Amino acid sequence: MLTDLLSLAMGFATLCIVLAMLCCLVRLLVGPSAQDRVLALDTLWMCAMLLILMLGMRFGSLIYFEAALLIALTGFVSTVALAKFLMRGEVIE
Amino acid sequence: MLLPVLLILPFACSVIAACMPADARNREVWLAGLVSFGSLIGVASLFPRISAGEVIRYEAAWMPAYGLDFVLRVDGLAWLFMVLVLGIGLLVVLYAHYYMSPEDPVPRFFSFLLAFMGAMLGVVMSGNLIQLAVFWELTSVTSFLLIGYWHHRADARRGARMAFTVTASGGLCLFAGVVILGRIVGSYDLDVVLAAGDQVRVHALYFPALLLIVLGALTKSAQFPFHFWLPHAMAAPTPVSAYLHSATMVKAGVFLLMRLWPVLSGTEEWTWLVAGAGVCTLMIGSFAAIFQHDIKGLLAYSTISHLGLITVLLGIGTPLAMVAAIFHTINHATFKASLFMAAGIIDHETGSRDMRILRGLGRHMPITATLAIVASGAMAGVPLLNGFLSKEMFFAETMLVGGDTNWWMSVAALAMGVFSVTYSLRFINVFFGRPQVELPREPHEPPRWMRFPVELLVLLCLIVGVLPALSIDQILYNAVYAVQGAQMPAYDLAVWHGFNVPLAMSLAALVGGALFYRLLRRRFNPDQHDHVPLIHRFSGAQAYENVMSGLSIGADFLIRLFGTTRIQPQLLCMIVAMVAMIAVLGLPSSRHLADPFANLDPLFGLLLAIGCICAVAAAWQAKYHRLAALALLGGTGIVVSVVFLWLSAPDLALTQLMVETVTTVLLLLGLRWLPPRITPKELAIEVPRSVWLRRSRDFVLAVVGGTLLAGTTYAILLRPATDTISDFFLLRALSEGGGTNAVNVLLVDFRGFDTMGEVTVLAAVALTVYALLRRFRPAPESLTQPEQQTNPVDPAITQTPGKQAWSGYLMVAGVYLRLLLPFMLMFAAYLFLRGHNLPGGGFVAGLVFAVAIILQYMLAGAIWVEGHLNLRPFRWLGLGLITACATGLGAWIFGYPFLTSHTLHLDLPVLGELHVPSAFFFDLGVFSVVVGSTMLILIALAHQSIRSHRQPGKNAEPGTQEAA
Repeated sequence: MLTDLLSLAMGFATLCIVLAMLCCLVRLLVGPSAQDRVLALDTLWMCAMLLILMLGMRFGSLIYFEAALLIALTGFVSTVALAKFLMRGEVIE
Repeated sequence: MLLPVLLILPFACSVIAACMPADARNREVWLAGLVSFGSLIGVASLFPRISAGEVIRYEAAWMPAYGLDFVLRVDGLAWLFMVLVLGIGLLVVLYAHYYMSPEDPVPRFFSFLLAFMGAMLGVVMSGNLIQLAVFWELTSVTSFLLIGYWHHRADARRGARMAFTVTASGGLCLFAGVVILGRIVGSYDLDVVLAAGDQVRVHALYFPALLLIVLGALTKSAQFPFHFWLPHAMAAPTPVSAYLHSATMVKAGVFLLMRLWPVLSGTEEWTWLVAGAGVCTLMIGSFAAIFQHDIKGLLAYSTISHLGLITVLLGIGTPLAMVAAIFHTINHATFKASLFMAAGIIDHETGSRDMRILRGLGRHMPITATLAIVASGAMAGVPLLNGFLSKEMFFAETMLVGGDTNWWMSVAALAMGVFSVTYSLRFINVFFGRPQVELPREPHEPPRWMRFPVELLVLLCLIVGVLPALSIDQILYNAVYAVQGAQMPAYDLAVWHGFNVPLAMSLAALVGGALFYRLLRRRFNPDQHDHVPLIHRFSGAQAYENVMSGLSIGADFLIRLFGTTRIQPQLLCMIVAMVAMIAVLGLPSSRHLADPFANLDPLFGLLLAIGCICAVAAAWQAKYHRLAALALLGGTGIVVSVVFLWLSAPDLALTQLMVETVTTVLLLLGLRWLPPRITPKELAIEVPRSVWLRRSRDFVLAVVGGTLLAGTTYAILLRPATDTISDFFLLRALSEGGGTNAVNVLLVDFRGFDTMGEVTVLAAVALTVYALLRRFRPAPESLTQPEQQTNPVDPAITQTPGKQAWSGYLMVAGVYLRLLLPFMLMFAAYLFLRGHNLPGGGFVAGLVFAVAIILQYMLAGAIWVEGHLNLRPFRWLGLGLITACATGLGAWIFGYPFLTSHTLHLDLPVLGELHVPSAFFFDLGVFSVVVGSTMLILIALAHQSIRSHRQPGKNAEPGTQEAA
């Protein structure tokens, strides 16, 4: 019973995350400003991290958590680079 | 064992000679002289065995799998040519000592000369057809280097190139020919080939093989229609002309015809090809020789005609003609080498080789004059000299071949005899008459030992001419026996055979030549004509130049037609080809696929759709909104990584995530220096229809190509798993590679050599990027500081980047990111250490490490980071390559092949049992190279902004920036 509930919850969570990614896609596409796109990309990274965690639970593997950890550690680097580029006009001064 | 020593010695000494100092004249001469002399003695010691009819062989395995052995084989013919090569080589070395001027760099000369000697010995000693072709080309190369010895002279360069083009093309023909011949016979071994003459001559491929081999021989021996290169090769120093272009290299062609005579001769095709070319050559050569002004030019054309004579004899193909051919080869080598040396002496002592101004030299240099006159006598066929004997045999053979009715061959022979007497007279004319006073130098006799080689050769001419039976008989017999074997013809080497037709022809030629010369002097003075009459219009050299310029124009045309320096057309071609290939090969078989969407998880499909839309949109925005395109590309990258994970490929996913991050940073760094694109709408201009069409085409092509490729990948994923090589790796990863992560074991162990190549390429690419960016100057419109940094309202404008991160607007980020650095490094170490057994490894760990460093750069700027951290990307690169290489080489110490892996089990006090595969150190090298090259590329790009800030004025002229 509890297992069924868990799998139902996982399926729902996965669906929500993918829908969230779809929303990010819309922002990425329409913008309108560059900052919107950077935010959308950052959110996309985070969604990906969550999706990977969901996958890890679904497949029952620890490796997935490490992939999520890697995103958590370095996923923001693109965002930082884009933000720096928008704010200062160049990534490394 | 003597044979390989004889072959290797000249090459080895060539290297030694090349290493000597430029002024080591005497040492060079001693070296080259001792090599030739010692080898000559070695060859002479073989004489008894050769005379006994023995064929001396030396064999070594070369490519046994292909039935190829390295064979050295000396029989009578090869022995004779070896003596020629070494003996005349020795004399030329002695002569060159006096001839070369102190300004000439002698090490180069003697080095090339010795290399040529080795190559030539290789040709004559080869017992294997392929090997013969290789040494053959080597003589072409060394000849090219020797002709072009005075490379500051345009004529030397031109002559060298011409000679090389002709002889090397002929060498290629020869190579093709011997390959066909080897195919026909079934073996490349010379002994087997020589015994298979009957089989070869009836084979369907006989004619192509013959044609190609004869082309090789004719180009090398300067036979019509390829004779034109030899006169141009006279730009070489005279010792080279005496050695290569009269005595040895040009004889390689006739040597080849003699060598393969038992296999190829005796057919109508042989006679027409060989004798036909020979007759044309001897007529053209002897006629053109009369009208030369340069002594060396005269001798070159005379050489051409004498080689033509030998070729005719070989083409006639009777056993006696073969005797005459070999005999004339020896005789020609002796008298022509001495004549070239005499010409060199004249040039050396008077400063001129022009027969129009040289006169009366006999009074200044009586001994040289006498020697040269005797040698010219041999060339003209005067009795009691060696040239007379072989020329008489030639006349006899030409009569024999035509029978009683067909006289054209005899007429041609007689004409050639007449012409050769005429040009000999023209040559010796320089010794008679009133002495010329206006010469560049005051003529006098040369040094004693410079004349010695000439004296020796002329003495040989006399000895052979007077006492042929005593002097040359056995050598000639050996050589003929080597070619003809059992069917030795009966011949008699004697000066006097009684009064017969050949003798009459000889006398007629002498008298006719003298009369013709007088007639020419009276009616048509050659001194006053620049062209050879009648035939100067048919210039081989001009035809050669036309062909060469035609080739080069054609190549230019093809490059213009098919080549491009722009990347867009290249990509267009590639993508179109890819689309076409998938459409042609893939689509027909796609019907057999099961329903593609049967097992598709809808969420997974949605995820894929997000990625696809991002990719297409990125292509859409790439032209005018680069930043948007970059963000969209990032979206695709994330989706791809998640898809990898969804399909259970964590290794790929980890690497893809890091590659994605690094790529974004890299592209952003580059974006800074790209001039901004302004949309047509903002500029208020109309886009031309053609441009719009082109862009639409490109977009459609990109989408179609991407879709097809994705579809193909998807189709492959849908196929049921079959027995593939992956099972092999999965099964053996732990047992043989010592790791449970098959991907990593595959990279660092099973296919470690591939990885080694890849990291080497990575390092090379990083260094290339660095080198290119060092001299990179951005476009002027992107040189100015970005507008964000010039806004006066922003307080950050007055702060350095380091200060901004310390106390400015970046303080929060600064604290956080600096805190994160050790964690990221630790995570990199973690990924690296467990890589052999679980997903991770050197590559992804290197990327994480590099990202951690790049983050600090982004935060506080290049100057601050480099002031606090001592990063040395070059050392990372170098140490990584050395570690990887040393790990591979380590296996050698234990007698295993390169990169063999070994797992070490250690019992450490605290850590417990630890097993360390040697691939671990290899992976360490990969890690280090990845860190080094990523940092090098990114930092090289980042340093652009520091450099552009240092530029003096923002509006300075481009020229001054170049200088800065």
